[in-house]
Amino acid sequence: MAPAASYLPAGLPAPVPEPDGLDAPYWAGTRRGELLVQRCERCRAWQWGPEWICHACLSPEVGWTRVDGRGIIYTWERAWHPVHPALREHGPYIVVLVELAHAGGIRMLGNLLGDPRQVVTIGAPVEAVFEPHDDAKVPFTLVQWKVI
Amino acid sequence: MKARTLRGRVAIAGVGETAYYKHGRAPVSEFQLALQAILAACADAGLDPRAIDGFASYSNDRNDPSRIAAALGLPELRFSNMQWGGGGGGGSAAVANAAAAVAGGLADCVVVFRALAQGQFQRFGAAPPVATVSGEQAMTFPYGLISPAQRFAMRVMRYLHEHDIRPEAQRAIALASYHHAQANPRAVMHGRPLTAEAYDASRWIVEPFRLYDCCMENDGAAALIVVSAERARDLRPRPAYLLGAAQGSEHRNAARAHNAPLYATSSFTTVAPHLYAMAGVGPGDVDVVQSYENFTGGVLMSLVEHGFFTAKEANDVLVVDNLLAPTGRLPLNTSGGNLAECYMHGLELVIEAARQIRGESTSQVEGAEVSMVISGPMVTPVSSLILGGAATV
Repeated sequence: MAPAASYLPAGLPAPVPEPDGLDAPYWAGTRRGELLVQRCERCRAWQWGPEWICHACLSPEVGWTRVDGRGIIYTWERAWHPVHPALREHGPYIVVLVELAHAGGIRMLGNLLGDPRQVVTIGAPVEAVFEPHDDAKVPFTLVQWKVI
Repeated sequence: MKARTLRGRVAIAGVGETAYYKHGRAPVSEFQLALQAILAACADAGLDPRAIDGFASYSNDRNDPSRIAAALGLPELRFSNMQWGGGGGGGSAAVANAAAAVAGGLADCVVVFRALAQGQFQRFGAAPPVATVSGEQAMTFPYGLISPAQRFAMRVMRYLHEHDIRPEAQRAIALASYHHAQANPRAVMHGRPLTAEAYDASRWIVEPFRLYDCCMENDGAAALIVVSAERARDLRPRPAYLLGAAQGSEHRNAARAHNAPLYATSSFTTVAPHLYAMAGVGPGDVDVVQSYENFTGGVLMSLVEHGFFTAKEANDVLVVDNLLAPTGRLPLNTSGGNLAECYMHGLELVIEAARQIRGESTSQVEGAEVSMVISGPMVTPVSSLILGGAATV
């Protein structure tokens, strides 16, 4: 199968799970096309990014829950100046922070797919798009977002 | 128990800096720069360098206090302290840590210093040369969210949106710094004035930051001498007394992957009240402010969170005339700061705040008695301090 097109050019640093395994369930989930975040098994508080204990009740029993990949744009930026050699000839690109109201208001990062010069509106609804990088030395999948 | 305060107990008795260079242009090593600045600060204080018995710095300064103590031939080393956290958030905290050591009897004469030779090491604004990333960076780098400008543009964009703040507010902050740099021969941008038209025509780094919203990267070093108030009176005709200092950040400010509950903040909402409580003054008493410009939007948020105006007033208050010494309502970054004097990680701002108390600024606010420094907006921990003249203690 041909590798899926990626939003940003190849050559940026590739994500790998933390050596202590904290975020391994998240990265494994993205490979299956599932969005997994933390939710405390004792007090049911949502938590993102991942941590070893629940920030609300301090329980170590923090589980992983699949969430629907929908949210609204909480903030965004359009980057123009390339800070990495892989971006040198690329031109602008958009990063968004997406709020998931149905998951306790946690926020997730990603690029906003489509025209990099599009008008971006805070509050606009978006949905997750899984972007596999199967040819990476350690294959991984990024979660991207597109306006719906 | 005696009142727990640093107010009036210690003072900055001397300040010093090397020549400031464009990044990569320092003719000597970073360690040599550190030594030069420390010796300059001692000379300014009229202090024998052998009287130093402690060091405080921040942001993982590479110049080990024990090596400096050996190089200076110090009789003994009693205090060495590194403030955790990156960026310039530790600038005021390092002074406070030095002050706490002196007030608490751990040391008698502490040097606060910062040295940077960016040409000799990795630049802050460029991606580190790595093939893989994990943890927080795994959530950001693959999306091209890498540099400090990219990290903080996200916060500022939200803040500008929440409060309907126009681009001209950020522009006024940049123009004020460049204006003051034209009077300051030490400034890297001395002789390089900036106009509103040139600002508007400058390229985007990352929206909402244009080129002139972003700090420089520079080579150089800066240092200052912290001693007890009594000793400072013997050393300098006009010491800058520490009235108050505070550091920290809000509830879960560092929640990973941009999940701080209070997101659109410069991290000072809990810090500033502690600062004013110790200093025994309010924003209306402050004569002049040095506010760390990593990015102009961070300055804007810092000034709001220190109570100088509300976010709703930002469009009206942040016009150039209000920010200029000597006549502006809120003289800001009177040496040129990180944007136009030198990016010495904000320690040059503490030096400028002391110069204002001494009446020695190149853009002096007449009769300045209360002088504030705000260090490192949007990182965590951040810190801020207030210096005062003899009339305040």
